[in-house]
Amino acid sequence: MSFEIEKIAELARLNLKPEEKSKLQKDLGAILSYVEQLKGLNTEGVETTSHVLNLENVFRPDEVHESHVRDKALKYAPQSEAAFFKVPKVVDREA
Amino acid sequence: MSGYFSLSLKEALKAAKEDGATPVLTSVRERTAALNPKLNAFLRFDAQRSACEEGARGGLFGVPLAVKDNICIDGWETTCASKILQGHVPPYDATVVEKIKKAGGVIFAQANMDEFAFGSSSETSAYGPVRNPWDLERVPGGSSGGSAAAVAGDLAFAALGSDTGGSVRQPAAFCGVVGLKPTYGCVSRYGLIAFGSSFDQIGPITKTVEDAAILMNVLAGHDPKDSTSAKVPVPDYTKSLKRDVRGLKIGLPEEFFIEGLDPEIEKSVRAAADIYKKLGAEIRTVSLPHTQYSVAVYYIVAVAEASSNLGRYDGVRFGRRVPGGDLRDLYFQTRSEGFGAEAKRRILLGTFVLSAGYYDAYYRQGQKVRTLIRADFQKAFNEVDLILGPTTPTAAFKIGEKLTDPLAMYLSDIFTIPANLAGVPAISVPCGFTAGNLPIGLQLMGRPFEESALLQAAYALEQELQIYKKKPRL
Amino acid sequence: MTISEFETVIGLEVHCQLDTHSKLFCSCPTTFGAEANRNTCPVCLGWPGSLPVLNEQALRFAVKTGLALNCEIAERLKFDRKNYFYPDLPKAYQISQYDMPVNKNGFLMIEFRRPDGSFEEKRIGITRAHLEEDAGKLLHDGIKDGTLADYNRAGIPLLEIVSEPDLRSPEEAYAYLSALKAVLEYLEVSDCNMEEGSLRCDANVSIRPRGQEKFGTRTEIKNLNSFKAVQKAIEYEVKRQAQVVLAGERIVQETRLWNDDKGQTFVMRSKEEAHDYRYFPEPDLVPFTLSRQTVEEICQTLPELPAARAKRLIQDFGLSPYDAVVLVQEKKLAAYFETCVKEKISAKLASNWIQSELLALLNLKKIPIEESPVGPAALAGLVRLIENNTISGKIAKDVLPEMFETGKSAEAIVKEKGLVQLTDTKLIEKAVLKAIAANPKVVEDFKAGKQQAIGFLVGQVMKETKGKANPQLVNEILKKKLEVRCWKKKRSTPSKH
Repeated sequence: MSFEIEKIAELARLNLKPEEKSKLQKDLGAILSYVEQLKGLNTEGVETTSHVLNLENVFRPDEVHESHVRDKALKYAPQSEAAFFKVPKVVDREA
Repeated sequence: MSGYFSLSLKEALKAAKEDGATPVLTSVRERTAALNPKLNAFLRFDAQRSACEEGARGGLFGVPLAVKDNICIDGWETTCASKILQGHVPPYDATVVEKIKKAGGVIFAQANMDEFAFGSSSETSAYGPVRNPWDLERVPGGSSGGSAAAVAGDLAFAALGSDTGGSVRQPAAFCGVVGLKPTYGCVSRYGLIAFGSSFDQIGPITKTVEDAAILMNVLAGHDPKDSTSAKVPVPDYTKSLKRDVRGLKIGLPEEFFIEGLDPEIEKSVRAAADIYKKLGAEIRTVSLPHTQYSVAVYYIVAVAEASSNLGRYDGVRFGRRVPGGDLRDLYFQTRSEGFGAEAKRRILLGTFVLSAGYYDAYYRQGQKVRTLIRADFQKAFNEVDLILGPTTPTAAFKIGEKLTDPLAMYLSDIFTIPANLAGVPAISVPCGFTAGNLPIGLQLMGRPFEESALLQAAYALEQELQIYKKKPRL
Repeated sequence: MTISEFETVIGLEVHCQLDTHSKLFCSCPTTFGAEANRNTCPVCLGWPGSLPVLNEQALRFAVKTGLALNCEIAERLKFDRKNYFYPDLPKAYQISQYDMPVNKNGFLMIEFRRPDGSFEEKRIGITRAHLEEDAGKLLHDGIKDGTLADYNRAGIPLLEIVSEPDLRSPEEAYAYLSALKAVLEYLEVSDCNMEEGSLRCDANVSIRPRGQEKFGTRTEIKNLNSFKAVQKAIEYEVKRQAQVVLAGERIVQETRLWNDDKGQTFVMRSKEEAHDYRYFPEPDLVPFTLSRQTVEEICQTLPELPAARAKRLIQDFGLSPYDAVVLVQEKKLAAYFETCVKEKISAKLASNWIQSELLALLNLKKIPIEESPVGPAALAGLVRLIENNTISGKIAKDVLPEMFETGKSAEAIVKEKGLVQLTDTKLIEKAVLKAIAANPKVVEDFKAGKQQAIGFLVGQVMKETKGKANPQLVNEILKKKLEVRCWKKKRSTPSKH
């Protein structure tokens, strides 16, 4: 198991300082070694658990209920303009 | 001189009815002002906003409660003890908050915690660690350390915590109070800022078992806003507060009594088992063979869910944004500066186990072993009604002691994690003290939706031991 | 090798917004054009602590569509998280379906014209059609130092319909999109409006030498805003790829954007990072089961679909397959036709007149067929007049616009303007003889072999009869008279011996 910390950090949108990187590499290496013990378990024929409740088919009816949160949401937004949230210029885009 | 603050929730309710809500609130507010600087249990408590509507009547009328800072309150800054959510003001109430308000409860404080609930000591908070009222040099446990410390220190009559791998029960054990993790799906998760979506539950942290039952009556119940909320009728939990455990079959899992378990804790827990026997319960040994894999499964599956749940913290719509730079900078800088070390650790770990090429070996395998662990419980509950054991392998450790060794920290959850993996309810109730006067917690686990059985058994023990009468010296 | 030795392989990914009242996982309205961020709530804004709950109508629409596309409807389905970062994605993951989608392994029959003009029917496989939530919208143009985000669109239900790479030409691609749009319209599950974004299409294009089984490297083309754009973009991309290969280079697997103004595809500027979406089952949503009973019940609600309607039109009205397909493309157009032919007129004539003259007028004035000032019965009235020779087709072309403007019936206008066709052969003969007498030179030309000279004479006759003469009769009589003349001339040539 190789842990390419740069690749994972990129995927997770994290910049790591050099000292952070080395400590994390060490810690994560230890943790991964620990969880590796699962690999030895025979789980053939065992179903995966995604949910612990045996619930199925939970729906909502197709009804409209307005929530009126916009103004509250925009009030504390880091950056907004009129009724929009604002971010730095997005460079590559479609239409 | 003890004012209202040292009352139990039940007693405070009576006092609020008889003497009015204001003096009750004032008493707790004053104690908080005096002691919170020492304990750092609360991140925010706002005198103005805590006033109770005198007219409102309900099961919690007039009683001040604290809520862990990962539960959304409309108009109140809610940060999960993280820098990245500084200035995050939810535009809505969590369902449990709505329920408390409707019942007349007064939410007057937001409790400190491990950042994003990642931790077992409440040391990873971006706003300073929480201290254990029984020994200020020690941790109160985590991640709901602020909630537990507040209840133990009488800064609140009760508090809400959240439990993903033990975060309600373990701090309850370290602080000598009662902590209940409901069955997964019993209490709505709507408004709980997610860590491990298939593990999280909100639970009460209280001074007594009866208080927990009172709160559960308010919190439990189906929520149409939460797809994982069970459609199971809610009983009156206070009706299960009888001191009768005759005929109850209680199992002690052999895998919980292992090397690494503090001998004082083992002694205390076995003594509690003897009390149950004396009271007429049947004690036997059971086996949960896959216990040893619990922590590994948790740190793959729960952490994977967490890494995905934390993707939304990007400074775009809420919280703290690191300004300047382009879009790429927005993401990288905001997240890198906003998250603490433990959060980064878990995000990286979770991202890794889900990534291409590793998903099957780690995540999928983890989900399969989770099935095996659930099966262990199903089998055990064919033989017994309740499973009894220690809540934690040690009593409260010193602040800073385990911070540098994440794995050591993770292993302190070995007894609590299994209940989250299986989705079963579990409660920690005080059962003794160490020689150093540190609380010891006993854990009971029950079948899904049998919180009543848990409360009944916990109540019986509590009334025998009367530990709740002992308070930390603050 | 030349470009013609390459075979084109196309797969289309269509995202279709489902026309539910509320969003996929929350109760916000789905209305288009609302004020920015008005149709939002904690759930679709991805607020911490919010949770999704599935809209049951969206699932019904998905099943309905799957049935219409001949798919296998899943007995068990679930949702998964597709994780990536982008400002229009509030949760940093899209709730979609990965390995257990609601529909898979279907097909759609398409009809299109081959280059030689012949008509071909082809079966295009549909890999899957699954449910997922839409993202918000980003506004870039004219915004000073930034981009604006509007989350009204975030959370709107989408059905992602993925075709097998069975399409072999831009024309087939166009035909597939038309056929798919028709099905969705008939089902009333979507507006299918590419301008409003309720129907979006990405194309995957590759080429390979004819006869080769292995697929070539494909590129993905985005920013296609109309069916025509899809067709043009594929045409361009195929040429581009062929040029690359012929130059001895390799096709790079990449995403390219179509620029309609320039008529070219361009590589996206940012470094194309391999997307690792880290799919895993959505823990906030429980699994779903669809009993066969439920599926059967939904199946009963399916309307007559375009293909079946076309077959019926061919059978009942003797229309050509091509005409039938064109008419059924739009539900309302087919309805217009069927109402029209209830009046017992020639289906072929009705079909022609609807497709050419009527649609031309409607398109000019940008009126949709259902609001046509000339209703189906009125059009039938016009067609009847042509059929029984009361007026010529040529005259009818002037009557229709009058009907449009005035709302009067065809009969009324013809009567008013005295447009009744002249079919009295005696009168036509008179005019014909007049024209022949007045134009000896032209007659000579015709006799000399210039066949087209007759056209001038026809014109003269029409002029004389003020356009009312039946053109067919004019032609017949003119020809007859000219031959007679010739014959007469022959007879009057003095014999030399």
